[in-house]
Amino acid sequence: MLLQTPFYKFHVSRGAKFTDFAGWEMPLSFGSVIAEHQQIRQHGGMFDVSHMGRFKIAGRHSRRLLERVLTRRVTDMEEKTCRYALVCNEQGGIMDDVLVYRFSGYWMLVVNASNRSKIYTHLQAVIEQNKMVVKLSDQTQSTAMVALQGPGIMEKIGQFSREVPTLKRYSFCEKNLLILKMTISRTGYTGEDGVEIIMGAAMADKALKLLVREPVEGQVDVMGSCGLAARDTLRLEAAMPLYGHELTEEIDPLTAGLSFAVNLDKDQEDRGEPFVGQDALKQIAAAGLKQKRVGLQFEGKRTPRQGGLVRQGDTEVGYVTSGCLSPTLGYPIAMAYVAVEQAETGTALSVDLSNGKRIEGQVVPLPFYKSGGK
Amino acid sequence: MAAKEDRRYLESHEWHKLDGDVVSIGISRFAVDELTDITYLELSQDSGEIAAGQAIGEIESVKTTSELYSGIDGEIVAVNTAAIESPEILNDDPWDQGWIIKIKPSDPAQLENLLSAADYDAKCNG
Repeated sequence: MLLQTPFYKFHVSRGAKFTDFAGWEMPLSFGSVIAEHQQIRQHGGMFDVSHMGRFKIAGRHSRRLLERVLTRRVTDMEEKTCRYALVCNEQGGIMDDVLVYRFSGYWMLVVNASNRSKIYTHLQAVIEQNKMVVKLSDQTQSTAMVALQGPGIMEKIGQFSREVPTLKRYSFCEKNLLILKMTISRTGYTGEDGVEIIMGAAMADKALKLLVREPVEGQVDVMGSCGLAARDTLRLEAAMPLYGHELTEEIDPLTAGLSFAVNLDKDQEDRGEPFVGQDALKQIAAAGLKQKRVGLQFEGKRTPRQGGLVRQGDTEVGYVTSGCLSPTLGYPIAMAYVAVEQAETGTALSVDLSNGKRIEGQVVPLPFYKSGGK
Repeated sequence: MAAKEDRRYLESHEWHKLDGDVVSIGISRFAVDELTDITYLELSQDSGEIAAGQAIGEIESVKTTSELYSGIDGEIVAVNTAAIESPEILNDDPWDQGWIIKIKPSDPAQLENLLSAADYDAKCNG
């Protein structure tokens, strides 16, 4: 039996096509994926991301726990800010990529739906091993979460709150709209401006009544429903990694190009803690990287897919982790891991398709798409 | 979303419609809706003989790549170059404007071996 989010009935009313995503019955699309993609780039739209795991972390050793399990420093975070980080295993392999929120007196960790139970178990193990006093609670099913994304979102939100449009990227506020208590962060996974909102599951219907209007034929709705398929092509254009594609336990954060989210020296600091995987990552950094995450751009209209072999001439030099025919750019793009020798921008490479054919392309800088310019 | 009754189907969602002595082949509305936006259409050949069960081309959507099949033997008489140029035609009108290939069947009776609209619908909803 698949789990359903508090917005399930709303999605049905909007004609959602559903898919099983990590045990959740989630909207894949509401019609055309490309139309949803373009709606986000040009105006705005709403994604249900309630399936993502939300853990509340409270108690005396909360900060220490997070320093232990996250690759990135959290001690210097100000209240009402968020930070992107990774959870690694002892070998430096990526167990998950997460967003950590610092509230007054407690923390919240937002994890991938597919890794929710794994990370919960991991946190519990670290708490027990280190005899920490931490209250860890999984609030995934008692809360709901939506992402409002697109260039028109801030103006729309400004009608409800003057504060939200003044938030800096990766900061958040707690709002009471009527009787709704919400956490609104200026974050997202599309490469556009926007917010992500966490609210009580019981409040989801009221939030919809507040935010959503009935669709009017021919009118742009900046709160229009969008599904996971568009979320995937949007994040790919923005070169944001996705767990199970660019990120796995066989890949370390340095190879993944996420060194900005790794503080290898954080145990040296005042109140510092060594983190799980730190020693392994130091060794990987010292030895030098063998592979890199790169962007590839192709000729023609064919779509490279996950697992497609990347070649230079006939020699295998890597593999594709995600690919699509970019709705914004009009040509095929992919992210791939390739040997560092072939990772230079401009290197001509090809990718195998499923039928033995190949498509020709080259290494290009990431991201493929940047909001507001290029 | 019921299948059109004026044609025969493969379980892999290709429809076959006989008009005079030519059979048009396309894919069903059900298939198009499952695939979501179609981004690419390629035929392995644009003339000559094809055989039942043979892959005649490939179709790509945002999410996946699939092969296209013919359910009957015959000789290609036309391909829909407009659909190859603009594969979204298949999303807009899979039953008519979105035809993919036309063939002159070697034996029109082969159509009887394919699924009726009702049987095809039952497979899709099953």
